[in-house]
Amino acid sequence: MQEKYDYIIIGGGVVGCIIARTLSRYEGRVLLIEKEADLCMGTTAANTAIVHAGYDPLPNTLKARMNVAGNAMWDTLAGELNFAFERRGDFVVAVGEEELPALDTLMLQAKKNGVPGCVILPGPEVRRREKNITPDVSGALWASTGGICDPFAVTVAAAENAVMNGAEVKLNTEFKEFIMEGDRIIGIKTNRGDFLSRWVINAAGLFSDFVMHQAGVRPEFKIRPRKGEYFVFDRADVEIDNVLFPVPSDKGKGILVTTTVHGNTILGPNAEIIDDKENSSTTISGMEEIWAGANKLIPSLTKKHVIATFAGLRPMGNAPCKTPGVNYNADYIIEIPEEVRGFVNLGGIESPGLASSPAIAKEVVDLLKDAGEEMKVKKDYDPIRPARPRFREMSQKDRKLLVDMDPRYGRVICRCENVTEGEIIAEIHAPIPAITYDAIKRRTWLGTGRCQGGFDTPRVVEILARELGVSPLKITKRGEGSEFLFRPTKKVEN
Amino acid sequence: MLKKDTYDVVIIGSGPGGLAAAVAAKKAGAEDVLVIERDMELGGILLQCIHNGFGTEIFKEDLPGPSYAQRYIDESIELGVETLLDTIVLEVTPGRKLFVSSKQHGFFEINARALVLAMGCRERTRAMIQIPGMRPAGVYTAGTAQRFVNIEGKMPGEKVVILGSGDIGMIMARRLTFEGAKVERVLEILPFLSGLNRNYVQCLQDFDIPLLFKHTVKFIHGKNRVEAVETVAVDDKWNFIPGSEEIIPCDTLLLSVGLIPENELSRQAGVELDPLTGGPYVDESRQTNVPGIFAAGNVVHVYDLADWVTLAGYEAGKGAAKFAMALRASEEAHIPVLAGNNVHHVVPQTINKRSLEDEEIELQFRVRTPVEDRVMIEVHDGKNQIARKSARYARPGEMNTITLKPKNFADVEKASSITVDVNPR
Repeated sequence: MQEKYDYIIIGGGVVGCIIARTLSRYEGRVLLIEKEADLCMGTTAANTAIVHAGYDPLPNTLKARMNVAGNAMWDTLAGELNFAFERRGDFVVAVGEEELPALDTLMLQAKKNGVPGCVILPGPEVRRREKNITPDVSGALWASTGGICDPFAVTVAAAENAVMNGAEVKLNTEFKEFIMEGDRIIGIKTNRGDFLSRWVINAAGLFSDFVMHQAGVRPEFKIRPRKGEYFVFDRADVEIDNVLFPVPSDKGKGILVTTTVHGNTILGPNAEIIDDKENSSTTISGMEEIWAGANKLIPSLTKKHVIATFAGLRPMGNAPCKTPGVNYNADYIIEIPEEVRGFVNLGGIESPGLASSPAIAKEVVDLLKDAGEEMKVKKDYDPIRPARPRFREMSQKDRKLLVDMDPRYGRVICRCENVTEGEIIAEIHAPIPAITYDAIKRRTWLGTGRCQGGFDTPRVVEILARELGVSPLKITKRGEGSEFLFRPTKKVEN
Repeated sequence: MLKKDTYDVVIIGSGPGGLAAAVAAKKAGAEDVLVIERDMELGGILLQCIHNGFGTEIFKEDLPGPSYAQRYIDESIELGVETLLDTIVLEVTPGRKLFVSSKQHGFFEINARALVLAMGCRERTRAMIQIPGMRPAGVYTAGTAQRFVNIEGKMPGEKVVILGSGDIGMIMARRLTFEGAKVERVLEILPFLSGLNRNYVQCLQDFDIPLLFKHTVKFIHGKNRVEAVETVAVDDKWNFIPGSEEIIPCDTLLLSVGLIPENELSRQAGVELDPLTGGPYVDESRQTNVPGIFAAGNVVHVYDLADWVTLAGYEAGKGAAKFAMALRASEEAHIPVLAGNNVHHVVPQTINKRSLEDEEIELQFRVRTPVEDRVMIEVHDGKNQIARKSARYARPGEMNTITLKPKNFADVEKASSITVDVNPR
């Protein structure tokens, strides 16, 4: 007997998970599938973690509309789901007189897109606000609605709230093909069986072209991964508290110097179009490019304090903007296509996809209503997802209260980030269980500090094995095939 | 649980530096000595160093790490050093208050008259040397791999490339070979060895493991687990030599690329660090710029032999004991001055008894309620009178005084507090 759903979402990135959470508000069975061993393993895993204000996308594109509408929804989203979100504003920094006209262009775009709270600041004022900035700064666009967040926390919180409201999440479940009945999609085949559904929503990110092609939709659409590499600094050594963009170029928004909600300064990304959707490698040329870009804004940075490098892939599409007169070929796709029934199709959701995600979810609901769905709100829908304790963010007084209540929070496993056994166990048994090392790392921030897991890894492997009731040899970094350990050492003969 | 909330000497870390400091502090006269260790057992990294080479300087013996540690563990216990295991110090204030947390003992504060920082060092990571490539499982620092093999009894890899000719890397090359793994090669970007020559001979040469100088890793391949590394030769300026690239299939890359003193707690406590060593500036007693905070071992600068760490620990322990005992003597000399009958308050609130040996101390006070008859102002220790004087009246609006003289020293010396009374005659 096949399971029957009302909505199946393909893809556990931020877009898929916020759609799942939004749909879980309404009557109907919701299933989200993710091919990897955890959520946010694709584009959501490695980006600049910025909730963009909305001055950057070309006016009258779907991207612009989703960005501005989405940005305004983040305060409520963060309040309900209890994740860290800071609306600290951002700067687009012009270096040298020749870059100043670019600020006027952005300001005009901001007005056309309806972005509130933008102003152009003179060079000295920018220097006053960020003392480390290059002395050649000539001015900056200041966008007060720009924000930063932890994309892992957002995605996991949204998925958890969906589960709390009755949705199901299946990890390690990979979409293969659709089950059709005439021109209607009635379900999907996966590596873990078939699932029937009245609607299937494509939130497959880098693989959204594959999914829509399986439905016979937009055969010309192609995702071209655009790789971006990043540097992360030790927060004890480098403290840049602002979000600093260079003026944009034809390669995108450029290489930022920015901060995270965890307090680390990060640099990046560059933008390199590649073919392989799995190739999230860092490269020597990429790292050099980032370094040059970042030093243009903050000349005093030194490589000595780098504690991590990573790379991510943005799913750049080739869909033309639907607005007449707008010549733009990398717009978002959010549609119920005419060719098949029962399919909500998303594609090309690259930056500012994180900022846009709540608006995209709302757009999906509106499309479903237009298609005749009643969308009746559940009586017992609960929008609140409670946060779990984060030892490292607590005062010494609150730590004492927590440890008194549950002594497992007294045992620190990651000493750089002060993550405790209590937190790790709570994540292993959470509504979306964290069953890999990386899953625990992304939820607790363990292993992200200056020793990069050197101290905690053997301990986390031990805790995971104990809590899951399996051998330590079965514990993985990021899913099957990434086991840490091979076999026991030789037995000593007596 | 702890017997006290204040200790003469508290030591953070129980590696060779911490244990030596504890032993030395006890021997130098510190009464209450506490060692805090975040792992389950005393000994620090010595416990996973099951190879020999320890004790050659101090004992003129060639011991494995755990045996070397055991000598100091036994001595500490014999001397009455207290220990907290599986316990982490979260914060140290410049006033030497420690915020401490553990599953077994809960969350609490400890005050240290003197503190010895002996947190050791941490290993440099892949990110610090910025090796490009994918981020699969199978890239370990040599010390993490050593823990997996020697403490957990599990193999972290079968086909291994080691980057860096540090001691732990070479020792792990031999260890993994013993356990049946194949160590393909050891790469060193420098034209010379970064570890000890004896380790090169005993760990690499004797096992035919190739060591390539002026070579490094250019790229890590593999999505989930390491599948291969791309190696490359470099010139004197570490530029890659084109055409020298080689793909070495392997499942594991071990990094032995240097150690960094671990000073996060030191920084919080206001301890100044030397950019050359990465550790605190210290004097010959290993005292840092913060009075009463000492540091010893790899937390100060990275050593090649544990024996040297032990010797540095002795110095720090001695220095800390001396500081603590002086502070304790001063604490014990201070006694409170209490407001007794009809006295609102007295200034000074405490006195150093020793001061009375050669100078007078004037006690200033105000009464609570007016007395218009003669009164007797008395200083006593709760039982016996120490000094007295009479006055014609006592009024809250007018400050009164009574002076203790050197002749009162004998009486005050025995007191644990003194009280000022204003009694009717």
